[in-house]
Amino acid sequence: MKAKIVITPKKAVLDPQGKTVQNALEHLGYQGVAGVHVGKYIEIDLQPGTDPAAARKALDEACHRFLSNPVIEDYRLEIAD
Amino acid sequence: MHFAVLQFPASNCDQDCVHAVRMLGHTAELVWHKDTSLGAASAVIIPGGFSYGDYLRCGAIARFSPVMQAVQRFAADGGMVLGICNGFQILCEAGLLPGALIRNRDLQFHCEQVFLQTANRATPFTRSIPEGRPLRIPIAHGEGCYFADDATLDRLQANRQILWQYCDQTGRLTDGSNPNGSVRNIAGIANEGFTVAGLMPHPDRASEALLGSSDGRWIFESMVAALAEGSKGGGVAAAQSLGAAELQSR
Repeated sequence: MKAKIVITPKKAVLDPQGKTVQNALEHLGYQGVAGVHVGKYIEIDLQPGTDPAAARKALDEACHRFLSNPVIEDYRLEIAD
Repeated sequence: MHFAVLQFPASNCDQDCVHAVRMLGHTAELVWHKDTSLGAASAVIIPGGFSYGDYLRCGAIARFSPVMQAVQRFAADGGMVLGICNGFQILCEAGLLPGALIRNRDLQFHCEQVFLQTANRATPFTRSIPEGRPLRIPIAHGEGCYFADDATLDRLQANRQILWQYCDQTGRLTDGSNPNGSVRNIAGIANEGFTVAGLMPHPDRASEALLGSSDGRWIFESMVAALAEGSKGGGVAAAQSLGAAELQSR
């Protein structure tokens, strides 16, 4: 079982990396790009037999407290097989 | 006065801070990140560097180190804490200062001299800074773009917690003089009690003429003067007595 965490910059936060990647995509001829947001992906391997609900609760706290910074980032947490 | 200068894996301005304090005739010692006590420190400096390799986010791992739990207690008791560069990032991550520091808007690492306007000279971190002349102090960072939401910024401004702002050499706050895209040109701020402050520029690297500027020295001198005045009650007393003095002088 794995926890998959996607962390993205909040919409109100300047994202120069996203903007630069967007410009590069346009430069390479990829049409129709309305916006690019560059974030982080964290994958956590959970021990076999872990209770998914308990893992979600603990990792949700970890995301809020440590893995993301709520001032500047949003996160999505998924527990998957 | 006795300063504790924290030392994390990959701190790189720790010795500079110790040197800056000793040049003023005061004592400083390094406190290792695994230590749980700050000893007999009158004030704490969290120096620049790349603590824990800047992994995850700058300061994100350092804030949970044992020594930072001691700093949390020290700050809660009104102790004076200054964070420089990575130290500022750590203080924001630790929640001791509001906001966050993100990638510079041009994605470049900036290592250059900047000018700073002191926005509030009536604080324990700024009281010795002469009026009317911008400070010339170097920066060296890739993630120094200060960000906070508008409500936080308005509160900072109303409480005069913004201590330093990037300006041109005549003291004007221009976009061109903002090296990293910080909101409202913010280079450094303090907490509500004016006992904890952080800034991205390096006063430690501008503390003697040999380094090209000694303007940073005024920040350390301010701290020493405030500590001397409030030596019995710590930083809070110093801040409060300074506030009172400021009111009387108007």
